Amino acid sequence: MTVLEVVGTGPLALVEDLGRPGLAHIGVTRSGVADRYSHRLANRLLANDGDRATIEITLGGFSARILGGDLDIAITGADAHPAVDGIPLGTNSIARIRDGQVISLGTPHTGLRSYLGVRGGIAVDPVLGSRSYDMLSGIGPPPLRPGDVLAVGEPADRFPELEQAPVAAITGGLVELRVTPGPRDDWCVDSDALVVTAWAVSERSDRVGVRLTGTALEHRWPGRQLPSEGTVRGAIQVPPDGQPVILGADHPVTGGYPVIGVVTDADTDRLAQLRPGQPIRLRWSRARIATAEMSDW
Amino acid sequence: MSAPTIRDYGDRALLLECGSTDEVLGCAAALRAADIAGVTDIVPGARTVLVTLTDATYQAATRTRLATVEFTAPADPVPPGDADVVIDVVYDGADLADVAALVGMDTDGVIAAHTGTPWRVGFGGFAPGFAYLVGGDSRLSVPRRDQPRTRVPAGSVALAGEFSGVYPRESPGGWQLIGRTETVLWDIDRPLPALLAPGMWVQFRAVDHL
Repeated sequence: MTVLEVVGTGPLALVEDLGRPGLAHIGVTRSGVADRYSHRLANRLLANDGDRATIEITLGGFSARILGGDLDIAITGADAHPAVDGIPLGTNSIARIRDGQVISLGTPHTGLRSYLGVRGGIAVDPVLGSRSYDMLSGIGPPPLRPGDVLAVGEPADRFPELEQAPVAAITGGLVELRVTPGPRDDWCVDSDALVVTAWAVSERSDRVGVRLTGTALEHRWPGRQLPSEGTVRGAIQVPPDGQPVILGADHPVTGGYPVIGVVTDADTDRLAQLRPGQPIRLRWSRARIATAEMSDW
Repeated sequence: MSAPTIRDYGDRALLLECGSTDEVLGCAAALRAADIAGVTDIVPGARTVLVTLTDATYQAATRTRLATVEFTAPADPVPPGDADVVIDVVYDGADLADVAALVGMDTDGVIAAHTGTPWRVGFGGFAPGFAYLVGGDSRLSVPRRDQPRTRVPAGSVALAGEFSGVYPRESPGGWQLIGRTETVLWDIDRPLPALLAPGMWVQFRAVDHL
């Protein structure tokens, strides 16, 4: 049986799939890969179903030995200069690794998270129907440690058709994300400040939320309590200090801070690749129409 | 019950605004019964129900579909004869005396009020298996502690605002602790890990020891 033996993990390496939907009402968030686009690409290259688990590697540094047979792998997301037994390996492509060889990742120059997929998927035991680790509640397979041995699942009947996928490089510069107005956009004096302000990603960011720093947003009703309501990945909450937090894959299922904008679903994958200090701009995904003014026409 | 107001919540979720937690529970039940295609999660809040969708292509269609859902009057808020769950509590919490002082009762009065009427699970959040219990004795409304504790033991029975709750596991917390129970709120190895789900009725019962 082919397995991966973890040699080094870097700052954080997690097994993740597409998460555990449908349990938010009992307090279990969906979790799952932070960058679904890169995860799906790895699975597609390997002819895996999209829900097979990959390894989400934050800021590189991961290495593992293949044991018990040969294995097809693909590495997507942040380019952490992967190598096999020290020989460079391309990203966004499928490669066959021989029994006993070691895959290793360096540190990415841009982007935050790399995804290591294997043909058949990482087959740790699922918890509540998913192989994802949820950082907020500690549910799922715990963060990987050196010495962990990971089983590989049965490959699908299909065979890989694509050797290499053309993917634009992840930028380390200014990133623009599309945002729709949130359900509580009236709770800020000027919700347009969200799209005018030059924000930067705070180092206090993780899978639960990406904190932004910049000119604080002003609450219209300071001290007013919003009754707790459901939240989604991409929701932009404004805590009392006015520095917004964009919720990530492991967000709390309900929250009491007003949500004044929501990053479009597609752009939350790009959000997952932002590094601390990186500049970020938000822009409304569609023109906001002042209905009061329109009614005067 | 009037039909809830529907708002977009990003491009793959809708937020339904209701008048009360009872209406929220009625609305969530109606949505589950309607079994709408493309719905991933139905998440009750204190005054809202969040409906998350498989992807953005369902947003417009679901908005239209929701307009046809029959939101009937919420289930009778009078509790059934037997609560869904009975939780035995030793009322010796660290904040019991403070709570009594805050609400102008003695500690026996607080215990009588907490056990006098059943509570209902309004919504979840904070931690897996944590239930915000509503509809108890309104005299027990107390603020959170000024200084949250860094460590609250699992099984702590607590009050904050209009809510009561039981900590499913050890965690930080700012609620006022009035007692403790050995009832297990969350066990990931059970077929249903969470003991409490929105809409269920909970009766607290005072005991001398567990």
